[in-house]
Amino acid sequence: MSRTDVDTGVAERPRAPRATARRPSRPRPPLSREVVETRILGVLKWITIAFFLVATLFPFYYMVELSIRAIEDVALDPGALWPPRGASPAAYGEVLRSVEDGGQGFLVFLRNSGMIALASVALTLLVSILGSYAIARLQFFGRRQVNFLFLSVYLFPAILLAIPLFVFFTRIGLRGSLFGLVLVYASQIVPVTIHMLRNYFQTVPESLEEAAALDGASRLTIIRKVSLPLAMPAIMATSLFVFMIAWNEFLFALLFLVENRANWTVSLGLSQLAGSVEVAKTTLMAGSVILTLPIVVLFFATERLLVEGLTAGAEKG
Amino acid sequence: MPEGPAPRRRGRTLAQQESRAGLALLSPTLIVVLFMVVLPILWTIVIAFQSLRLRNLRTRLFDFQFTLDNFTTVLTSPGFLEALKVTLIYSVVGTALSIGLGLLAALVVRKPFRGRTLVRASMLLPYVAPVVAVTFVWQIMLNPELGIVNAIGADLLGWKEPIPFLEQRTGTISVFGLDLEVPTALIVVTLYQAWRYFPFSFLFILARLQALPGELDEAARVDGATPLQRFWRITLPQLQGVIALLTVLRFIWTFNEFDDIYLLTQGGAGTEVVSVRVYNYLTGRGDIGAAAALSLVLALLLVALLFLYFRFFVGREEADAR
Repeated sequence: MSRTDVDTGVAERPRAPRATARRPSRPRPPLSREVVETRILGVLKWITIAFFLVATLFPFYYMVELSIRAIEDVALDPGALWPPRGASPAAYGEVLRSVEDGGQGFLVFLRNSGMIALASVALTLLVSILGSYAIARLQFFGRRQVNFLFLSVYLFPAILLAIPLFVFFTRIGLRGSLFGLVLVYASQIVPVTIHMLRNYFQTVPESLEEAAALDGASRLTIIRKVSLPLAMPAIMATSLFVFMIAWNEFLFALLFLVENRANWTVSLGLSQLAGSVEVAKTTLMAGSVILTLPIVVLFFATERLLVEGLTAGAEKG
Repeated sequence: MPEGPAPRRRGRTLAQQESRAGLALLSPTLIVVLFMVVLPILWTIVIAFQSLRLRNLRTRLFDFQFTLDNFTTVLTSPGFLEALKVTLIYSVVGTALSIGLGLLAALVVRKPFRGRTLVRASMLLPYVAPVVAVTFVWQIMLNPELGIVNAIGADLLGWKEPIPFLEQRTGTISVFGLDLEVPTALIVVTLYQAWRYFPFSFLFILARLQALPGELDEAARVDGATPLQRFWRITLPQLQGVIALLTVLRFIWTFNEFDDIYLLTQGGAGTEVVSVRVYNYLTGRGDIGAAAALSLVLALLLVALLFLYFRFFVGREEADAR
């Protein structure tokens, strides 16, 4: 313990004349430093919270605000934050309308992103539920090694994987297809989801499964009827996690889909939109809102579930 | 990791059954990871020694005449060392900042208050939101003509001319009459990285904080330790484990980072990190061999750095603890 620090606190106290005068009436004078620090930290705490809130929320507010302003107005007065003068949803119309109608066709991109994300969730869950159950429950040769192998995958940069996958998918003609991308996403996320689900399966009491086994249920029936319903919270959290990653992903979408506009995701469409000069920044912001909104809504609706699922096991340090 | 209970292994056949079931259930995972992750990594090593280009992909893919040319090309190319330096600065400073901010954020929302759930969710937003959207907002906020930052700078801080934050390689700031050269764009992308990724550290540090037993803190309080002393001497040492883990994870991910920098600056204005160079070799020049060689160099470097970290840094900490 910091004995010296405590001593300093005591030594400083008598220098304050009023404290000396009141000494008899104060039973625990060393508390004064405690009180001072607590007060200052109490104020600093709220200032810090305010700072973080502004830093994290402002960019999103700014995104929405610019998306409903006219670009000429922004150029005239870039510092205006409120009220959004001449607010109009025109930019959203332009972004969402199909290309034939003079828009950017984001509705198609939304559909693509949604399909990719949902398919990635389905494939990842299917593979990782079975795998994590095996790792959590069953004794088999190489169990520990498998765990280690999965985590070591995370050492390698995505760009390193991107090169051979790019070559491979080009050769077999899957580059540009949504299916190829789903396969890539699932395989990259599976090591993490296995880890998340395994932690949860281990907390499900084994006696329930044994009871089912005694009643003659097969292994797959046990997983389906007993383990899965019990692990539902973790499975939900994992699904959300996968959905968000697949929806937000950019590098592989860029490498695989860029030549095939019909299959673009929202992220890719937006990044390509930014490249063309004639697209106004406000239109770009409308596209950003469209890209962000589903994720933010999903996140706020399920925040608690997601956070608990993600950090399960982290408490152990 | 708790092992399965012993009673299950009653008979040898049962154990065998279980072993078989385990491998069967795991096989889809193994197949996916083997074909989509392990084999590609091994293949990258092969490609790195082939002279493979996008235009001769059809004819040269199975041409196994190995050469070191790719490595010579990427290691001696102009700008390689500069990219390495930028990557290191970006990773070290970005990791430190994002963990520091995460710790600070976790400390201030540690105790319950009204609206805490909402505050916590808001603090996670930068990490949850799509990278393309948040990089674009930053670009526009920092835009010299339209951006809010330059507008505020001109109105309130009296900036004479707008600062092109993401296009300026070096800027000059005057501190007490001294003109200092600063790498503007690199500073901005590093700050962006801290902003976007502090929620990750925040989440894990907060989870750990809330699981800490209260007795130690309470005992120190009774003994007269002030809040700051309790933080430095009681709380922080207990967070050491999670912070060390975050340091490794964040460093790995920042070191390999591609999306954020590519979207913010395309690697321009002195922000070209190695992974952006890999991408440029791959798509810009269509030089698949060189791209593979450079990405291997990147991975090896990371392994070497991690080795040093565990060998010297973690080793010393454990020695101190003894």
